[in-house]
Amino acid sequence: MTLDTPELARMLRTMILIREFDERAIALRVAGKIYGAVHPYVGQEAVAVGVCASLTVRDRVTSNHRGHGHCIAKGADIRRMMAELFGRVDGYCKGKGGSMHIADFAVGMLGANGIVGGGLPIACGAALAAQLEGQGDVTVCFFGDGAAAEGEFHEALNIASVWKLPIVFVCENNQYAANNAVGVQHPRVDIAAHAAAYAMPGVIVDGNDVLEVDATTREAVARARRGDGPSLLECKTYRWHFHAMRAAPPPETRPADEIDAWKARDPIARLEQHVLDRGLLSAEEIGAIRERVTADLAAAVAFAEQSPFPDPKDLLVDMFAD
Amino acid sequence: MREISFQKALEEAVAEEMRRDPRVITMATDFTGDPLEEFGPARVRFSPISEAVLTGMGLGAAGCGFRPIVNWRMVTFSFVAMDQIVNQASKIRYMFGGQADFPVTYRCSTGGGIGLAAQHSQSPYSMWMHLAGLKIILPATPADAKGLLKSAIRDNNPVVSFECSRLASRTGPVPDGDHLVPIGVAEVKRAGTDVTIVALAYYVHEALAVAEELAREGIAVEVVDPRTLVPLDVDTLHASARKTGRVVIVDEAPATCSAASEIAALIVEDPETFRTLKAPIRRVCAAPVPVPYSPPLEQAALPRREQIKAAVYEVLKESLRPKDVIAGFR
Repeated sequence: MTLDTPELARMLRTMILIREFDERAIALRVAGKIYGAVHPYVGQEAVAVGVCASLTVRDRVTSNHRGHGHCIAKGADIRRMMAELFGRVDGYCKGKGGSMHIADFAVGMLGANGIVGGGLPIACGAALAAQLEGQGDVTVCFFGDGAAAEGEFHEALNIASVWKLPIVFVCENNQYAANNAVGVQHPRVDIAAHAAAYAMPGVIVDGNDVLEVDATTREAVARARRGDGPSLLECKTYRWHFHAMRAAPPPETRPADEIDAWKARDPIARLEQHVLDRGLLSAEEIGAIRERVTADLAAAVAFAEQSPFPDPKDLLVDMFAD
Repeated sequence: MREISFQKALEEAVAEEMRRDPRVITMATDFTGDPLEEFGPARVRFSPISEAVLTGMGLGAAGCGFRPIVNWRMVTFSFVAMDQIVNQASKIRYMFGGQADFPVTYRCSTGGGIGLAAQHSQSPYSMWMHLAGLKIILPATPADAKGLLKSAIRDNNPVVSFECSRLASRTGPVPDGDHLVPIGVAEVKRAGTDVTIVALAYYVHEALAVAEELAREGIAVEVVDPRTLVPLDVDTLHASARKTGRVVIVDEAPATCSAASEIAALIVEDPETFRTLKAPIRRVCAAPVPVPYSPPLEQAALPRREQIKAAVYEVLKESLRPKDVIAGFR
């Protein structure tokens, strides 16, 4: 299907927002304004945005440690995300979760996850719920190439196929699990090959082409909505930055020419070129999108900074439901 | 009152809750009874042997409005799902700031004494107690098994139901109707004034048998069954300890970092209770070994009735006791 111009503009805006959000998160961490670890999604924006374009607010996603992009693409409020990074009470988790545990159940974002592979079983449970509800809703499970070496990945694909769960497994193969190249961890570098063993479609996608990600996801989501079961999409992509940083970015260990080659395939630049070439958006309109993103981010940081820290007397609140 | 087995009581609890609430579903590699016949394959899920994914699916479906019951069948198999239990289930509500509830029940058999050897004879509930975030029930009678499991299924939190293997065929009276036992409330199974025995699961019955024997010697033993390990009914434990001044704790898990240790600590940490104690607290627990297979070795590894009795005599001896009580066994 062909996307209309407002939809393309929305995708472009969301991709730019994700990139600028994480660039800002890095700067804030260096400045000591936020704490813990930051896992930037920069470079992979086409995956979250292309996948979530097929989803409604009733559909659900699970995420991993590199989750800011998934949150934003699924419709989370960047002000509350930023407040969570700042550890404030207006954050999604009231400051209890931080970067690796942002969730927004109201928009179907069932949580980032600090354990590689840990979200796959939870996603299968959400898909089981959707199957039992019978409303045609689906679940998308985002994970990386590293998770494909975890047992939970194989258990999840197996049971999802046996039970025909309405789920789309989206592997973001960014070529490295932490600092280990995909070829060192897997005998085959194509994670999609696992799909055959679990009797589901497995598709390799250019994860830096948001339009290809969108088109492929639409097929997989339609299949899941029809009740025909799961699919495995492998989006080949690349993270521009380090795996994770704490006080300062760690030294780069990947080959410079490899980084340059992937940056030349910048997913945002490619979408901009696409809309410019076809005269769908002008350079001025794209500039306006960028200005709007900058303003929204500044507002999110201001919102976070004015939000109070949690009161230590609330330490035990939220442990158990009534 | 109707007498049914512990196992049958647990099956009734699940069936009644599934009848009561269509959002209760159950997943396991196999089931006792025949829930499939009544509730059908959508809600009764025979699963592959995949404990990690089942455990996480319980959480995921719970977070989306269902009330799953995941039966690991034996607690041993839950160790395959440690990530989902430790990193996810016990933390998911708190780390997301309480924005969703996760009403999932995890069931498992526990304990030794039936010749299943090292892996399948474990009682690791204190590992789960340590996590802070899981409720834990550990019933000793058919009535408590039914009432507590029904409460667990209705609870809006992850609850682990430890179901003692040695009690499966034991029968007892179970009230008719919608019989509920609240989570977090201990029960004094026998009242007494000289010594408190806090006993768990199978050892509630052993403690009652010891109490009966000692009554003939003029020693009045009080038997307290916590029934729930998280939350633990500390008030009832304190009240009994203050009343008798002497406490013996009996469980078939090894003593190190055990539920028995936690109960002992909670009793002595309370100043008012501490001041009433007349003797050191004694723990009667399993030997610190993997439970062996051969019957004489297994019996030697697990607490025995004579050890419980000896511990009662010891706390009486070590205390400032009435001379007439102690005369009989000196």
